[in-house]
Amino acid sequence: MEEKDNKKVSLYLKLMPYIEKYGILLLLVLMILVMHILQPDVFLSWRNVTNVFKQISWQSMLALGVFMVIVTAGIDLSVGSIMMLSLMVLAIVAKAGAPWFIVVITPLIAGFLCGLFNGAGITLLRMPHPFIMTLGTLYIFRGTGNLISGGTPISGFTDEVRYLGHGRIDLTWLGLEKSQYLPVSLVLIAVVYVIFWFFLNHSRTGKWIYAIGGNPSAARASGINVNKILIIVYSLCGFLSGIGALILAGRTDSGYPNAGLQSELDAIAACIIGGASFFGGRGTVLGVFAGVMIMGILRNGLNLMDVSSFWQQVLIGSIIVIAVYIDVLRRDLGTRK
Amino acid sequence: MSTFQNPLLEAKGITKYFGTITALENVDLKVHAGECLGVVGDNGAGKSTLMKVLSGLYKPSSGSLYFQGKEEILESPKDSQNLGLEMVYQDLALAGNLPIGENIFLGREPTKNIGFLKFLDFNKIKELTNAHLGKLKINVKSADQKVEELSGGQRQAVAIARSTAFNAKVVIMDEPTAALAIKEVGKVLDLINSLKKTGVGVIVISHRMDDIFSVCDRVMALFQGTNFAESELSNTSRDEVIGWIMGKK
Repeated sequence: MEEKDNKKVSLYLKLMPYIEKYGILLLLVLMILVMHILQPDVFLSWRNVTNVFKQISWQSMLALGVFMVIVTAGIDLSVGSIMMLSLMVLAIVAKAGAPWFIVVITPLIAGFLCGLFNGAGITLLRMPHPFIMTLGTLYIFRGTGNLISGGTPISGFTDEVRYLGHGRIDLTWLGLEKSQYLPVSLVLIAVVYVIFWFFLNHSRTGKWIYAIGGNPSAARASGINVNKILIIVYSLCGFLSGIGALILAGRTDSGYPNAGLQSELDAIAACIIGGASFFGGRGTVLGVFAGVMIMGILRNGLNLMDVSSFWQQVLIGSIIVIAVYIDVLRRDLGTRK
Repeated sequence: MSTFQNPLLEAKGITKYFGTITALENVDLKVHAGECLGVVGDNGAGKSTLMKVLSGLYKPSSGSLYFQGKEEILESPKDSQNLGLEMVYQDLALAGNLPIGENIFLGREPTKNIGFLKFLDFNKIKELTNAHLGKLKINVKSADQKVEELSGGQRQAVAIARSTAFNAKVVIMDEPTAALAIKEVGKVLDLINSLKKTGVGVIVISHRMDDIFSVCDRVMALFQGTNFAESELSNTSRDEVIGWIMGKK
C-alpha cells in the first residue's frame, strides 16, 4: 500500500515540471471549451475573438511589466498611473501639433522615465520594499498626469498615432471577408511577448533577473550588480506601460484622467493566475499571457452571458485564491524542506 | 607540509569599523598554495567579517591585501573573482529556483553570438558543468536539476563546485559542514582535501574541531577582532584550540 503511494508521488514528481509549465494553458483551453459550449454561436466568432484580444491588448503590456518585477520578488503598483501619465503626455504633445513619429515615441519615453524613477527610488533611496516606493508613485504619477492636462480629457489623434491600438491588417487577400481582419494590437502583443520571452530566458540579464528573485544575496555574491538589474527591470516595466498607453490612445482616441485606474491590480492578478510567485524567481512569460487571457475571456464570456459585473469581480477574486492555493500545494510536494 | 614558499594570499593589518564598533583590529592572515588554513573563533570574533573583506564584499577601513605578492584593492566580489579568490558562503549563496549548471556559472554564463545579440549557451553550460562535477566526483542526477531539489550536502557540493569552476587559486569556505547530515560531512571534507591536492589554497572557517583537524594544515584563532594565536596543526591539540576560542592560552 505504501509502495503504491510512493509510486503515485513519484509519478506526480515526474509530471510536475510539465504541470508547472503547461498546467495554466490547460485551464485556458478548458475555459475556452466551456465558453464555446455555453455560447456556441458567438464566443469563437471572428468578431468576438478579435474583440477579446483588443480588450486585453494594453492590459497584457502592464501585466508583462509587472511580471518581470514580481520575478525579482518586487511589486509595481504604479503601472496604471504610469500608463495614464504617458497617455496624457502623448495627448498634450499630439495637441501641440507634433509630427506623428514624435507623438508615438513620447509615451514610451515617458513610461521609461517613470520606471527609471521607481527603480532609482527603490535602490538609491533604499526603500524597505518596492511596495512603498510604487505606492507613492501611484499617486505622484496620476497627480502629475492630471496637473499637466488640467484633469480633463484630450481627444482626437491622427491615424498614424492610433495605428497600434486601432489599426487593422486586411486579410481579404487570403480569401477572407472584409470583417475578418487582424487587429494590429494582436500582432503587437505577439511580438512584444516573444521578445521578452527571449530576453528573460536566453539573455544573461534575464537569467540574473530570475537569480535575484531566487536569492538576492547569491546574485550579489556572484558579482551581479543587483541594483543595476533592478533599475533595468523597473524601467522596462515603465516602458511597457508606455506601450500600453500608446495602444490605449489608439483604442479610445483620447487621453482621459481615469485611464488605467486600478489596472495595476488586474496586472498583478494576471501574473498570479499565470503562476508567478510573489516570493520571486518563479513564473513564465507564457503563464502571464495565459493569465491575461483567462481574465479577458472570463470578462468577455460573462458579458456575453449578461452576467452582472459584480459576479465578474467575485469570480476573478476566487480564481486568484484558487490559483495560489494550487501553487501552495505544488510547493509542498515539489521542494525539500 | 611546512615547505611553503611565498604566501598565495596575505592580509596585513586589516582593520574594519562599523560605525563605532571595531569588528577587526590589525588582523594578519596568510595562506599558501595547496595549504588549508583553519580560522576559528567564538561568535562575533570577526571571522565572517574577515572573510567578507577577503572576498571584496566589505572594504577594510585600513590594512592591505597581497595576492601572489602584489598588493590588490578589492572593490567588489567581481574583483576578487577575477584574481581567482572564491568564496563559499555559509548560507551557500545559491539560487534555489535555478538548475545546478546555471548556479555554477551564475554571473559568468558562457554566451554565443547570434548576429549582434548575445544569447546564453545552454549546451555549453551543461557540458562544462558535467565535466566539472565529474572532475570533483560530485554525483547528481542531472545538471538540469534545480538546486532546491537537492539535499544539504549536495547543495554544499554545488557551492564548492561553483567556487572552483573558474581556476580558483584560493577558496574561502564559511562553515562548510554546519548544515549537513553526518554522512554528508565526510564527502565535503574529502572534496576539500582533493582541492588542496590540485594546488588550491583553502581557508576554512569552522566551529567543528573534527573539520579543522581532518583537513587543515595550520590553524589561527581570532578573539574579539584580533589575532589571538596561530600554529601548525601538528604542534597543537584540540583542547588547546578550544581554549583559544574561549580566549585562554
